[in-house]
Amino acid sequence: MAKKQTVQVKVNGREREANVEPRTLLVHFIRDHLGLTGTHVGCDTSNCGACTVILDGKNIKSCTMFAVQADGGELLTVEGLIQGGQWHPLQDGFKQEHGLQCGFCTPGMLMSSYALLQRNPQPTEEEIRWGISGNLCRCTGYQNIVKAVQFAAGKVAAGAAK
Amino acid sequence: MIPASFEYLRPKTLPEAIGMLQQYGEDAKILSGGQSLIPMMKLRLARPGYLVDINRITGLAHIKEEGGYLKIGGLTREAELEASPLVRAKYQIIIDTAHVIADPQVRNLATVGGNLAHGDPANDHPATMVALGAQVVATGAKGERVIPIEEFFLTLFSTALQHDEILTEIRIPIPPPRSGGVYLKLERKVGDFATAAVAVQITLDDKGACQKVGIGLTNVGPTPVKARKAEDFLRGKKLDEANIAQAAQLAADEADPSADLRGPVEYKKGLVKELAKRALTRALQRAGK
Repeated sequence: MAKKQTVQVKVNGREREANVEPRTLLVHFIRDHLGLTGTHVGCDTSNCGACTVILDGKNIKSCTMFAVQADGGELLTVEGLIQGGQWHPLQDGFKQEHGLQCGFCTPGMLMSSYALLQRNPQPTEEEIRWGISGNLCRCTGYQNIVKAVQFAAGKVAAGAAK
Repeated sequence: MIPASFEYLRPKTLPEAIGMLQQYGEDAKILSGGQSLIPMMKLRLARPGYLVDINRITGLAHIKEEGGYLKIGGLTREAELEASPLVRAKYQIIIDTAHVIADPQVRNLATVGGNLAHGDPANDHPATMVALGAQVVATGAKGERVIPIEEFFLTLFSTALQHDEILTEIRIPIPPPRSGGVYLKLERKVGDFATAAVAVQITLDDKGACQKVGIGLTNVGPTPVKARKAEDFLRGKKLDEANIAQAAQLAADEADPSADLRGPVEYKKGLVKELAKRALTRALQRAGK
């Protein structure tokens, strides 16, 4: 067994660290070492996007990165979307528009949608569909997820106009 | 799925990285974007003893025109290519290509250098770089050497890179005026490898005939296929309907696909023919603008 290495990351605004083997995947570091189980392991083969988190501003699949690679970085997971007790507009959107059924893909969908809106606050329907094209949902047929993202974009725009 | 155990090394400079590759030899692998290597390690198809993570080395992620070439650093992410104003304005074929590689999350990490150095004929940049007549810069202990793309891909998952060399840059000759390029891919769904794909880059002369032409094919052979017969046929000719159809047929004849889950041989050859026809037609439109 290779010797353990210390990984330090800022997760949802808090400095965290843990000693892990180099082969520890980022998703297991997040779930098992940091105790943040909102990030899901879906396919474990880089297809489904359930493990999507934001690392240094970019949405990535945490099942396809080693925790040691993220050392010194800044992570946002689904637990970090809530701010001051207020849901993020995307969370409101997924509730209002029924953007989930079983909910397994939802954390990943939220994080990819979050990255999309950061880059492009007013995406077209096609841009939303491309933005979440690395995330699979087997329940909704995507219609309501697209509506949820549109709801959030509208809410953010309305907030900015105030 | 957990990969086999390995030692993780994180060099800060290129010479340091090359030194590690020399020290650990064939037991070391370069970790770039990791979007092909890590899945292979999880499946234990790859079990390197040492991972040399080159992501913290500066100066390997650039996109610039210089000395007659578009120079792309080996560590440039696919998402950076897609977002580059220079590439968007002048290299539509590269935008076409980057846009259909895997999915947004993968493109945020995956690198152009890795896409080539992996030596997978199912990857998308190889055919595009063949069409563009690119050069690959390999940096080792003795310095840089420049490898023409036609000599880079040796066989399945095998390239001209030595184990202690790092793919540091891709150089693409800046196309002259009246040039156009296209990458067309059929995939079963977003994130899938190509059933087949065709890259075309052309330059027209002042009479509208084809002065330069490059055609590369994805995932229809053990290496990316350079469709030389189709290129030779088109050189000096007008890209009219009959010549395009003939060139597309020649490209399909040069394809050497295997039957797999994505379809039988005959279907894939037919697909190459149709994609080549469409790609040539669209490249002509783009060159005319």
